Amino acid sequence: MTTTSSPATRQAVRPPARPSRISATSPRRRSAAVAAYLVLALVALAFLLPFGWLFLASVSDKATLGTAIPDHPTLRNFSEVLTGDNLHALINSLVLSLGSALLTLVLAAPAAYPLSRYSRRFGRPILLGLLFATGLPITAILVPVYGLFVQLDLLDSIPATTLFLTATGLPMAIWLMKNFMDEVPISLEEAAWVDGASAFRALLRIVLPLMLPGVTVVFTFTFALTWGNFFVPFILLVDPAKQPASVAIYQYFGLHGTASYGLLAAFSILYSMPVVVLYTLVQRVLGNAFALSGAVKG
Amino acid sequence: MVAVGLPDARARRSRATRGRRAAARVLPIIPAFALIALFFLGPILWCLYASFTDVALTGATASTPHLIGLRNYRRMFEDPAFRQSLWLTVAFVLGSAVIGQNVGGMALALLMKSRSRIARAVVGAIVVGAWVMPELVAGFVWYAFLSDDGTLNAILHGVGLHGKSWLYAMPLLSVTLANIWRGTAFSMLVYSAALSNVPDDLLEAAAVDGASAFARLRHITLPLMRRAVMTNLMTITLQTLAVFTLIFVMTGGGPGTKTQTLPIYMYQSAFKFYQLGYGAALAIVLLAVGGVFSIVYLRMMREEV
Repeated sequence: MTTTSSPATRQAVRPPARPSRISATSPRRRSAAVAAYLVLALVALAFLLPFGWLFLASVSDKATLGTAIPDHPTLRNFSEVLTGDNLHALINSLVLSLGSALLTLVLAAPAAYPLSRYSRRFGRPILLGLLFATGLPITAILVPVYGLFVQLDLLDSIPATTLFLTATGLPMAIWLMKNFMDEVPISLEEAAWVDGASAFRALLRIVLPLMLPGVTVVFTFTFALTWGNFFVPFILLVDPAKQPASVAIYQYFGLHGTASYGLLAAFSILYSMPVVVLYTLVQRVLGNAFALSGAVKG
Repeated sequence: MVAVGLPDARARRSRATRGRRAAARVLPIIPAFALIALFFLGPILWCLYASFTDVALTGATASTPHLIGLRNYRRMFEDPAFRQSLWLTVAFVLGSAVIGQNVGGMALALLMKSRSRIARAVVGAIVVGAWVMPELVAGFVWYAFLSDDGTLNAILHGVGLHGKSWLYAMPLLSVTLANIWRGTAFSMLVYSAALSNVPDDLLEAAAVDGASAFARLRHITLPLMRRAVMTNLMTITLQTLAVFTLIFVMTGGGPGTKTQTLPIYMYQSAFKFYQLGYGAALAIVLLAVGGVFSIVYLRMMREEV
């Protein structure tokens, strides 16, 4: 996350005789550090507490909205919730997310290439337009998109919903892709061009492999965004057989009411797992470049 | 950026080559932009049109909508529910993004700087965990946390305080807190990165000169992070403006209309009361507000494009 040197090394570098008020050994600094650790511990606890219910209820045989350590912890909720319809909903989620993530890569990579490689005058207005589009609230576009889907008879169509989700994520994806592409030196492609390779081949064989971390980031980003999306499928997919997990859980919550908080919690955990695992993996491999490229540039 | 060829070389190039070059630049962009035009730009234009009609989801005006000019917009500005939802949106964005996530993220980034690796990893993982969770699950988790028998009330009872029906008594505060919980990680990550670019020797030199910790923050750290702060503020404002699922799950806009922010009100109008035209007008307002912030954001990012 940070590349700052650790306190220990910094202390070693500092001349020992310097009468610094923030010397690491001064009682004032030490008490400040203790206070900082205390506050951090409290913050961590506060952030952790809301999770408590989720985990305890998921292993409880008679879960309520209250948080209590179950007398007889059980995994029955998980096995019970992983049946027919719910499993189907998770598969629908996978189809939507994988579909839009792959489609995003296929469309964004070629679109980003000329924006990264050719003149500023050519790409700048397009980039500004894309950046502007990333700021628009997708929530608002859903009203007209619903109208469009009704008119074109596209309601309950998973492919059409995938296309819409892809379209809304593309401006950000192209922008990220272009930034990662800028880091790949052009000299390598020039060598390929001299050897007679087309721009497309150069992109596929040289640029994309060199920016694999960036490609992974864009993929993960789109996948997680689609996986977590509730509002879009909630409006555009009405048939329960077509609905992804997010909508299925919501319906579950409404239909089963108070009787099944344990199932709700278990389903929520199962549904969250893929994005949490994916995020953790990508984070492990790429370090915080992942979060930061999304954050700072976004 | 890379300059493309020298001017005199370009002048010698034949027209055909130039045409092929232009095509090579534009062609790969077309598929992506066709999709954006169809599912992004197109709907916005249709929305603008629909906002001037009385188009409905069902009934006579569903198939043959009439142009009614500015009536949807006039109705909006006379509609107390709209005015309320506008204020609720402003309060929600100010409370949860501009104050909560922004200040909280900055405080966390500052606190975590130069702490032990383990502390940073543990606190970071917990805070980021709340961010990675799907929005829907965050909604459930907070619904349970703030419910009558929920964890918060149990803790308050434990220390001898009286609990509350938080979601009924303080619905806006409830959803605001939930959104702070969910979004602070983002600001924290942005600020941690920006903070690592503030040179340490500058801070130490100031400390040697007797500047207090607050003075160092006020006069060195924050000015150097100005750009990151502005960009982050704009990003989280735009994100929070569009929040639907979290509020929808926790309160459904209620009790009554007490948490009916613009996205929720738009949803209610268009999909519950089937007034697509009025819903479209609300969507246009939401888009316009987002557009204004987006332009400000663009001006700040201009050097980077």
